[in-house]
Amino acid sequence: MSVDKHVVKKIARLARISVSEEKSETFSADLGNILNWIEQLKEVNTDGVEPLSGVNEHALVWREDNITDGEITDKVLKNAPETAGEFFVVPKVIE
Amino acid sequence: MSTFVSGRTGEWEIVIGMEVHAQVVSNSKLFSGSSAIFGASPNNHVSLVDAAMPGMLPVINAQCVKQAVLTGLGLNAKINKFSVFDRKNYFYADLPQGYQISQFKHPIVGEGEVQIELSDGSTHKVGIERLHLEQDAGKSLHDQHPSKSYIDLNRSGVALMEIVSKPEMHSADQAAAYIKKLRSILRYLGTCDGNMEEGSLRADVNVSVRRPGEALGTRTETKNLNSVKFIMQTIEFEVQRQIELIEDGGEVMQETRLFDTSTGMTRTMRGKEDAHDYRYFPDPDLLPLTFDDAFIDELKIGMPELPDEIKFRMVNEYGLSSYDANVLTEERETAAFYELASDGRDRKITANWMSVELFGALNKAGIELAQSPVSPNQLGGLIDLISDGSISGKIAKEVFSEMFETGKDAKLIVDEKGLKQVSDESAIVTMIDDVLATNPDKVNEYRGGKEKLFGFFVGQVMKASKGQANPGMVNKLLKQKLDL
Amino acid sequence: MSELLKMTATQARKSLLKREISSVELLNAYQTAMEKTEALNNYVTPTLEVAKEMAIKADKTYAKGNAGLLAGLPIGVKDLFCTKDIETTACSAILKGFFPPYESTVTSNVWKSGGVMLGKLNCDEFAMGSSNETSIFGPAINPWSKIDGSDLSSGGSSGGSASSVAAGAALMSLGTDTGGSIRQPAAFCGVVGLKPTYGRCSRWGIVAFASSLDQAGPFTRTVEDSALIFSAMAGHDQKDSTSASLETPNFSEAVNSGIEGLRIGIPAEYYVDGMDTDILNLWKKGRAWLEQAGAKVVDISLPHTKYALPCYYIIAPAEASSNLARYDGVKYGKRIEKESLDAMYEATRADGFGEEVQRRILIGTYALSAGYYDAYYLKAQQVRRLIKEDFDKAFNDVDVILTPTTPTAAFPIGAEIVDPITMYLNDVFTVPANLAGLPGISVPAGLSEQGLPLGLQLLAPSFREDRIFSAASAIEKQAEFSLAPVRAAGDLQ
Repeated sequence: MSVDKHVVKKIARLARISVSEEKSETFSADLGNILNWIEQLKEVNTDGVEPLSGVNEHALVWREDNITDGEITDKVLKNAPETAGEFFVVPKVIE
Repeated sequence: MSTFVSGRTGEWEIVIGMEVHAQVVSNSKLFSGSSAIFGASPNNHVSLVDAAMPGMLPVINAQCVKQAVLTGLGLNAKINKFSVFDRKNYFYADLPQGYQISQFKHPIVGEGEVQIELSDGSTHKVGIERLHLEQDAGKSLHDQHPSKSYIDLNRSGVALMEIVSKPEMHSADQAAAYIKKLRSILRYLGTCDGNMEEGSLRADVNVSVRRPGEALGTRTETKNLNSVKFIMQTIEFEVQRQIELIEDGGEVMQETRLFDTSTGMTRTMRGKEDAHDYRYFPDPDLLPLTFDDAFIDELKIGMPELPDEIKFRMVNEYGLSSYDANVLTEERETAAFYELASDGRDRKITANWMSVELFGALNKAGIELAQSPVSPNQLGGLIDLISDGSISGKIAKEVFSEMFETGKDAKLIVDEKGLKQVSDESAIVTMIDDVLATNPDKVNEYRGGKEKLFGFFVGQVMKASKGQANPGMVNKLLKQKLDL
Repeated sequence: MSELLKMTATQARKSLLKREISSVELLNAYQTAMEKTEALNNYVTPTLEVAKEMAIKADKTYAKGNAGLLAGLPIGVKDLFCTKDIETTACSAILKGFFPPYESTVTSNVWKSGGVMLGKLNCDEFAMGSSNETSIFGPAINPWSKIDGSDLSSGGSSGGSASSVAAGAALMSLGTDTGGSIRQPAAFCGVVGLKPTYGRCSRWGIVAFASSLDQAGPFTRTVEDSALIFSAMAGHDQKDSTSASLETPNFSEAVNSGIEGLRIGIPAEYYVDGMDTDILNLWKKGRAWLEQAGAKVVDISLPHTKYALPCYYIIAPAEASSNLARYDGVKYGKRIEKESLDAMYEATRADGFGEEVQRRILIGTYALSAGYYDAYYLKAQQVRRLIKEDFDKAFNDVDVILTPTTPTAAFPIGAEIVDPITMYLNDVFTVPANLAGLPGISVPAGLSEQGLPLGLQLLAPSFREDRIFSAASAIEKQAEFSLAPVRAAGDLQ
């Protein structure tokens, strides 16, 4: 099992991480090794086994529909790299 | 319910499916306690959860669950007592978490149906595939700066219901009827305010064409349409575009498109190379959403009557025409107004007065029913005066105008202006005698066979009574006198 | 001063209650200790000014007689807990300069009980690592040294939390454990590390790594201290939907409560290739100690143990790939300016995340992507259920499970960072408890031939931390482990 550079680049694009040519080679090898090692899961017979995504045994608790938060614009914006007035600012998005 | 359109090379069938995003009516957001109300200053209705601060966690709003189930009941749909919140992963400037919490494999509501009625009076059923709860994104403003976009997260995390129809509509008219009906149901239930302009209700429209009887064609999805008109324009444009494309030997691409409101055309939104891979997986910050039958039953009991049921009653019990019943049930407020105004009165006359006089006046004044200066009880009061013969229909119109202008009760206006109809036989007879005495020539002509003059005498008597004489009695008594 | 450093938390609390010492005195001793051990690189953000205010406040509560459970006790905090107005970085460049306008629930609970915050402690970047070497601040160093004197890894990811307590630079500390990040460094540094049951401590305000596995827990010098601070940390939190709505028992009562008749399971599958003989011997000793204390030892089987690590290395990166999407240069932290939004995202995340974090994001993204989801993510979730069911079955027959914490003692800095899989193997004994949500503790129980500390791990069914404390205190009593690292701030025993 190997992960070729194109796949690494595709995955990196999905994850929004730019990878240099050199990095994509390292990652290609690393990911290949790790996934190879993970392949051993195939040995396990999981026919009919329900997937387990969390161990909690209680039911989801619901909150009442009250306004208990918000109106903290200063706190929300305080750590932002760029703001204008009460907005976050990002490079222009063209749809 | 298919209708075909003709292309250059033959007939085509249109296939339409719709994904409607309806904002849930609730005080606070789906997973945070900040306000879900529209119209605050930027980033004011935002909590640390909505801004995706590190370590912040979602906690579900009970009201949003109830609203989704209620909507499911209103769509005659299967309610799933077990559903799961998944993360839909993608990057966008107004998606602070880098994922949207939605429901993918296990939605809260399953299959259902909506009945639509077309202008020709025919009714059709449109299947509902599913309804699920999800978070709204924030808003990007692209017109504030030449090289920057501004981000407002007030909408971020507001609860939406995504209602997915089956691809069972086959014309723009059907699609329009569907969205109107859906909107009406949501508004009756109080689960979405249906305000399309503000974006509380918006639709993604999937359109494809095929040769009759063949397999489904490739569809395009046009996003974020916020008016019935735009939905219809999109369908009409897409149908033409796709037919022409195929007939010219081309192929429809499965893609997301945008509707340009200024041109009425759609255009490609995103390139194919950037195809999305949302990597859905169950949100580990949340547990499956579960409830029991008792929860559903309680909501069922509290459910308001829906337009289809009310319409049925109006036609079958009140004897209204299907048209009037439609008009009166389109909005919950209209139906409620009508029920109040017509309670214990002539249902048909009230319906007529509402749909002609009241709606006419509201239209002319450019205001909504909610702002009507005439209340349901006041309209009922006017109907009472008509029914007990206190005023004629003609006078009633005059009184209504006055009511609409001043907000006064009908009875008060009638009393103040002395408009009460004269039904006293001796008084009418005196007036008739006067008219006949002053017009002996005309009386002779009439008796000589010029029967058309009857109208003249009626007019003179009514004039003498300042319009207040009971027209029926005038007719009857005049006939007796003249035909001696 | 050295007398103050020798006190365990429980002893210090007794002296504070008797007003024999003051919180400020205790803090001063630890401040000096922090300075002395600076070379260990444990603290990434010391908060001594805040600490002083807290200590003064604690002394007032002692004067008034309303002192909380942890009043005046100096505590360090892993830099993964968001602390209000105090820089919180998860030891990542991408969060540099982030000052949370909020305080995590667990740290809030600790400060409400009177704890005194010494500072933020070093850890692997976003808690991803087993040696503290992925930290943007460089590794936290183990106060224990090999005979040749070379720098040893503190373990990870909560390396600074373990090292500071072992070095006497914190009386207790807070860490988090996703796959062993408390227990492994505790074993490496010779201190007690507890990973509570999933859902026992709120995750609200803790920078998330893998949400279905993350759990906060304490580092202490003794089992008794562990029970003390854990009682203050735990509790239901409405802000965390995965937090269990249970009363927090008084765990201190379980310490030294005796283990007569307790059934201890020894899982056959934990004998793995490449395990140090020192560790095998220690495991045998542990078994004997528990038997001597009246427990009944039972051989058990956890057949899917072997698959826990590969299962974990799909689930944790998958969740992480999504949890770390929020670090995008928009709302907080680092941004590399670019012309377009996507270019800004890609540059910011390439620059802001270290290599191991990037590697895990890529694996997680891959495992969730179309075409691979079933083969990796879904498969891992199915295996996760089988692993949990192994434990469910085992706990029908036993009350507690005894295993080594790690397959080896602490390794030198730089020894394992070269190969990701070698590094991942450190977690072989600790990961199963995270997958099953079980509580686990590492108790220092002996030294290797090289003179390095070794730990034994005890696991119990969910929400039975009481059994862990009972058994751990029995081991502690018989092991007579001596916390004496060469690079400690002073004599700690």
